[in-house]
Amino acid sequence: MTLLQIRNLEVDFPTRYGPIKVLRGIDLDIEAGERVGIVGESGAGKSMAAFAIMNLISEPGHISAGSVEFEGRDLAKISDEEMRLLRGDRISMIFQDPMMTLNPVLTIGDQMVETLQAHRNISYNEARDLALDKLREVRIPSPEARFDGYPHELSGGLRQRVVIAIALLSDPALIIADEPTTALDVTIQAEILALLLELCREHGAALILITHDLAVVSQVTERIVVMYAGNIIESGSTRKVTDTPSHPYTMGLIAALPEQNAPGTPLNQIRGAMPMMNAVPPGCAFSPRCDYADKKCSTEKPELREVTGRLVACHHASKLKRSRKAGK
Amino acid sequence: MSTISRILQSDLFYRFSRDKVAMGSALVVMLFVVVAALSPVLAPQNPYDLTQLDILDSELPPRWQDGGDERFLLGTDHQGRDMLSTIMYGTGISLMIGVFAVLLQAFIGISIGLVSGYIGGRVDAFFMRLADIQLSISTLMLAIVALAVFQAAFGSELYQDLSIIMLIMVIGIAEWPQYARTVRASVLAERSKEYVDAARVIGLPKRHIMFRHVLPNTLSPVLVISTVQIAEAIITEASLSFLGLGMPVTQPSLGSLIRSGFEFIFSGTWWITILPSLVLIVLIFSLNLLGDWLRDALNPRLYKKT
Repeated sequence: MTLLQIRNLEVDFPTRYGPIKVLRGIDLDIEAGERVGIVGESGAGKSMAAFAIMNLISEPGHISAGSVEFEGRDLAKISDEEMRLLRGDRISMIFQDPMMTLNPVLTIGDQMVETLQAHRNISYNEARDLALDKLREVRIPSPEARFDGYPHELSGGLRQRVVIAIALLSDPALIIADEPTTALDVTIQAEILALLLELCREHGAALILITHDLAVVSQVTERIVVMYAGNIIESGSTRKVTDTPSHPYTMGLIAALPEQNAPGTPLNQIRGAMPMMNAVPPGCAFSPRCDYADKKCSTEKPELREVTGRLVACHHASKLKRSRKAGK
Repeated sequence: MSTISRILQSDLFYRFSRDKVAMGSALVVMLFVVVAALSPVLAPQNPYDLTQLDILDSELPPRWQDGGDERFLLGTDHQGRDMLSTIMYGTGISLMIGVFAVLLQAFIGISIGLVSGYIGGRVDAFFMRLADIQLSISTLMLAIVALAVFQAAFGSELYQDLSIIMLIMVIGIAEWPQYARTVRASVLAERSKEYVDAARVIGLPKRHIMFRHVLPNTLSPVLVISTVQIAEAIITEASLSFLGLGMPVTQPSLGSLIRSGFEFIFSGTWWITILPSLVLIVLIFSLNLLGDWLRDALNPRLYKKT
């Protein structure tokens, strides 16, 4: 069964010059237990998509069109109270900076217990036992002592483990991780990712991993969705997309990885910058930065089409594919 | 770890114990509080008990002056009340009004500030305009009008019985915007922090996030303004009493004591006015020093190297 089904999702921020669309019609399906990575530059709409799923877009932004169907219910339409009960219970979210996501004045135990009590009618002691179980699951040393401790007593990596434990408290069907390792050391990053992967597998939870780090995505996910200027421009199995990217933007991203460049040579980069969301060029939003763009690209917006086993939004995708092969 | 040993081991207490000014002023304030609280036991005379007063003892100077009576260490006022006892009782009344008025201010101000800051929009605009209006009317003016109207409407006898409560209410209500603005400002800063998003993502109810997550994080500035506000409230009460709108002469606060001696100050009976004034000044000074220290201690960016 499809766990999450996003159809033509649009998010608007009204301004005095008219609404600015930050998500411009997104379609995304996530199966139960599937791990999907969303990648793209800052401002591409990755986090906005996550917040739209949680129905937590900050004012004055709002979902202006489309649907977010989760377990058969449209999250864009259900009441605030129903949505509140889903959050932290069926869907949970992990944020970027574990230094910031835990409340500094409450003990770790209090924050875990209140999460459980917000969703279930259970006593403090039952909640405490459950919380300790989860702390053990994320392999926090001496969980009893940590339970009564405050967040500032823990290192960044341990705090992110606590955050993961909180996210897992009520065995959610979907976990959204918004750059969960960006604020951590590289060595800790790998540990946290491995833990996240292991726990998702164990609990059969689906994972949406938002990041701009392609290496992180390829470690953990089965499928990649590439976003650019509020659109999905390429989506397919992680293997295919990273090995043989079909959209010029994805190619650019992968070519920009330091590993792809010979030592001593300047790193490849995609020229230009992503357009401001109030001035997205007509046609393909990427066309002003694209080496392959022609007249059609600047007038006609490409739709997602299937090209060799993945979806790509580019007029030249199949041609590029061929020329790349010929070039090799 | 018990609460007391936690407090004793906290950084705040460590810095407190190393700061002589803070220790000294806290000691003075504590002394006033203890003496005032124990005044029925400690005071040589009960100034409220008319049978203990003798009009023949009136306006005696302090003991060390010519004509001083050894029963009255600090002399007597024009009703024959022992100044020392009256000051002790009066300090108690002043402190009580100060503390309870500030509690009322804090209760109103924190609730409004929290709601305005967290909910925002029209609710915020409404309460903040209300605060602007309140601030444009001086506390003293508001208190004078309210207390005068009350006295006129209910007669001075009922007023004498209820004067403490009335003063607490008036000072408490007049000064809530200080708290509301302070709390609102820190709520606005806290609200955009990620732990609030995280709490929403967890699915906690709004009220729960407001009171349990945001509120405790906004309390350190509240603590700081509280000491200053207590000093302020005591001064306001003293001013009102001095104007004859505060505590009645039969149950004097420091302000009404100062007033009762003021008329006689040029005839040489200086002690009735000067002694309670000194007590008031020392008390306010210590409270302000304590507030200054607390502000520095709770704000690491202002931390001064010593």
